[in-house]
Amino acid sequence: MSNVKIKVISRNPEDYLRSTKRDIHKLPRNYDPSLHPLEAPREYVRALNAVKLEKVFAKPFIGCLDGHRDGVSCMAKHPNKLALLASGAFDGEIRLWDLAQRKCSRNFVAHEGWVRSICFTPSGETFTSVGDDKTIKTWKSQTQSPEDEEPVNTLLSMSVVSGITHHRNKPIFATCGEHCQLWENTRNEPIKVFKWGVDSLHHVAFNQVEYNLLASCASDRSIILYDCRESGPLRKVVMELRSNALSWNPMEAFIFTVANEDYNLYTFDVRKLNQPINIHMDHTSAVIDVDYSPTGREFVAGSYDKTVRIFESLKGHSRDVYHTKRMQRLTCVKWSLDNKYILTGSDEMNIRMWKARASEKLGVLKPRERTALNYADALKEKFANHPQIKRIARHRHVPKHIMNAQKELRTIREKSKKKEANRRAHSKPGAVPYVPERKKHIVKEDQ
Amino acid sequence: MKVQNKTKKNRYFQEEKNEKPKKSDSSTDVQVFNIKITPHTIKKQRFKEARIVKNVVKRERDVKFPGKAPIDPSSLERHSRGEGLQGRGVRHPLYALKLKKKENKYKYAQEQAARAEILLTEDQGLIEVGEGEKTTAVSQKIIAENVDIAAATKIFDLKLDFGPYRAKYSRNGRHLLLGSKQGHLAAFDWVTKKLHCEINVMESIHDISWLHVETMIAVAQKEWLYIYDNTGTELHCVKKMDKILRMEFLPYHFLLAAVNEYGFMTWLDISIGEIVGHYNNRIGRTTVMTQNPYNATICLGNSKGVVSLWAPNVKEPLAKILCHKTPLTAIAVDNRGMYMATSGVDRSMKIWDIRNLDGPLQHYKLRTPPVDLNFSQKEMLAVGLGDVVEIYNNCCSQTTEKPYLRHRMAKSICNFNFCPYEDVLGVGTSSGFTSIIVPGSGEPNFDALESNPFQNKKQRKEAEVKALLEKIPAELITLDPFDVMQVDVPSMKDQMEAKKKLLHIKPKNVDFTPRHKNKGKTNIARKKIIKSAMRKEIIDQAIEAQKMLEEPQKEKESAPKQSFGVLDRFVPKIKSKK
Repeated sequence: MSNVKIKVISRNPEDYLRSTKRDIHKLPRNYDPSLHPLEAPREYVRALNAVKLEKVFAKPFIGCLDGHRDGVSCMAKHPNKLALLASGAFDGEIRLWDLAQRKCSRNFVAHEGWVRSICFTPSGETFTSVGDDKTIKTWKSQTQSPEDEEPVNTLLSMSVVSGITHHRNKPIFATCGEHCQLWENTRNEPIKVFKWGVDSLHHVAFNQVEYNLLASCASDRSIILYDCRESGPLRKVVMELRSNALSWNPMEAFIFTVANEDYNLYTFDVRKLNQPINIHMDHTSAVIDVDYSPTGREFVAGSYDKTVRIFESLKGHSRDVYHTKRMQRLTCVKWSLDNKYILTGSDEMNIRMWKARASEKLGVLKPRERTALNYADALKEKFANHPQIKRIARHRHVPKHIMNAQKELRTIREKSKKKEANRRAHSKPGAVPYVPERKKHIVKEDQ
Repeated sequence: MKVQNKTKKNRYFQEEKNEKPKKSDSSTDVQVFNIKITPHTIKKQRFKEARIVKNVVKRERDVKFPGKAPIDPSSLERHSRGEGLQGRGVRHPLYALKLKKKENKYKYAQEQAARAEILLTEDQGLIEVGEGEKTTAVSQKIIAENVDIAAATKIFDLKLDFGPYRAKYSRNGRHLLLGSKQGHLAAFDWVTKKLHCEINVMESIHDISWLHVETMIAVAQKEWLYIYDNTGTELHCVKKMDKILRMEFLPYHFLLAAVNEYGFMTWLDISIGEIVGHYNNRIGRTTVMTQNPYNATICLGNSKGVVSLWAPNVKEPLAKILCHKTPLTAIAVDNRGMYMATSGVDRSMKIWDIRNLDGPLQHYKLRTPPVDLNFSQKEMLAVGLGDVVEIYNNCCSQTTEKPYLRHRMAKSICNFNFCPYEDVLGVGTSSGFTSIIVPGSGEPNFDALESNPFQNKKQRKEAEVKALLEKIPAELITLDPFDVMQVDVPSMKDQMEAKKKLLHIKPKNVDFTPRHKNKGKTNIARKKIIKSAMRKEIIDQAIEAQKMLEEPQKEKESAPKQSFGVLDRFVPKIKSKK
């Protein structure tokens, strides 16, 4: 053997060990699948762990803001200050809150009777409130002197005003009550009055993208659309029960969601009002308020059943449910503009702050932490339909009264389905038609 | 206003049509498109996109810098996770698009992994000889002369007194465990030759195994299974596992699989100390056992030449294969779970494709029946023949004539193992332990997050915690480890059950007991068919014959008869058959 060339693995430990103790460890990687056997079951176990950890860390409640001396009736987000929140109560008091400090920064009695609704102007310098005393008062957001405590402007309305919303970029705002009225800041009289029918309206909302469009909910069970350039209302859709609140999708201008008395939320497309594009079920009592997240992917709904539910806008059932022992009937909900928090006002005088994603870590994430979380998310998505993982991810503990109500509702639904099926089986074919769920709750659409 | 309420209201767009377009500020003009996404629109959109992409590609060709370097197809193949879905049979093109996006992600990951190979630092070992020479002639002495000093120290010989030794390497290839038939037990770091512990258990040792870390050792002694730590202190005596003959440790499941003298198989979960599977395999006493690292099943060979695969929660073998007509002497399964080598006392060695278990891929005839077989990480096969170890390269997919290397020892071989991540084969012999170098047998580049030969104490502790968190439950041991990723299609029966739960739907009553109607397949039926066919044939022949007979008669009948006038009535009549 003269010319043999032999090469063997001979590792120099210096290449694989850190030189000093302060250095980081060297971790050579080799992604060859034969070195990583049992990939599928290992990933499955990781996904299982990830979904369990998500449950462990699901602590959504951050804190509560107390100070109101009566139930909170309405809230308003500041358009460009995340930490500023205005809230009105049933005793006519308005409070401004510093959310970062969780303290009340200012409070004053604004109206006699309820504060029905508050809205900020797009600049955020002032906000306007309406109350049961038929007044529309404009206030400064920040006060330097005692004179600033007084309302900047007070308008007297002829009738009761129950809702207010501001135009995206013009100095126009709309109120609702007996009719929908359009106001300009400088005038004492409404510049336009929209009338349709005789019943009163209790909620009005401007579209923030298609900014001439506004919608209101009426107590005759209808939802009415207006264009503020027009002289009359555009269209209306009548539902089986009345809608309590309405929220426009901030990313898709043609979509809005209403919170209805029949425990459901309905998402409508303004181009096709004859049936909702989605029905969001899960609440066990009337839904009082709804607010979209700034991404338009999700919205939050507060209900009379003392729970807050978060829905994905394309799905029919809620993603999460928040409740505490002390929280009573919800009166208003808001999704913060940084997409991270949810604010809820309820009957028992408190405003509560929640995380929008229950298990999210607050604060700065280190890069490795972020990659680990991203990996966990990818795994959860990959194995989402695995029965074990699905069960853990879906499970929510709810109070007993909700549990019982859910059970009851399920029985009722099953009963009616069974009855319908029986009726269909025992009558002439075609006599009992199949009506899609989405069409059941709509009475009619008017032009 | 009131008038408007009563009459049908005009829409703003109608007004605009009737009256001439007002001088509306263009920013407030609203264009409404009613777009319904249909398969057609998506197809059109995709076609457009494809055209744009084509144009871009055309432009890029002229550019000086052509983009990313091409990837070696063989390394792409190595990182492939299968073909992927085509998106056929998907109901809606939106879902097909989603599926395609996901497939693209997998493809991207595959490419990235293949590209990352450029970062690997070490090269595989090899032997190059001059023309006309064989690598078989390269002895350990020549190897030692031709490699660097550090590597040459890996050739060594331990002369020990206590009879046949079994040797096993730890999972990262750093530590070595020796156990002798006469009770000598030693654990050491074989690279630095630092001894962890050395004791004599004063009983016969049948098998030894490292547990998940190098601080714990399982030893199958004469009576029971013992667990020692790396200082030789007895941690546990597992009396539930007695008279163990062979053991295998499944690192990802934290299971210690063992088979005992009476044919009982036991899987011990060493993280919680519970036995997860214990049953009699009913194949008798056997000492031929190995694990399939691809799916963590246990392969047992018996005296009838049958290899059977076992999992803890199934009391029957998952698969059986008759490999030899004589008792088996050894089995080995390669790292990727593709090939299985078996050998019998008939001096033959066969290579099987363990994934579909049909027909031996290769059939070798050896000089003597092999004592042991072992695959290296790079799929070299070591065969122990008496006191000679032969190492074959590429013997699975093709037939090799000559061994790659041969090493002769003056003592009989007990067992041997390739050292992971090293070009080393450690042989336990009747009088000690021999370590030889086999260039090109080991994986040169380790993955530090999987098993790290250079890990320190802290890293080991961290890795242990991580590994425990990712412990795979024993129920997931199946023949195909990707079973958990498959779509679970509910059976007809399950679907019916689900329907029954919905109160308002009355499902049809379907009898799910299978009917075994072997129409036209049983012997009786075939015989009947043949019989009836034959009968028919005979009848046909008979009819033919009858016709033939009758035809001349007819001719006779038709022939004019002799007439007697009035006296015809007295002519006797021929009785016609009716």
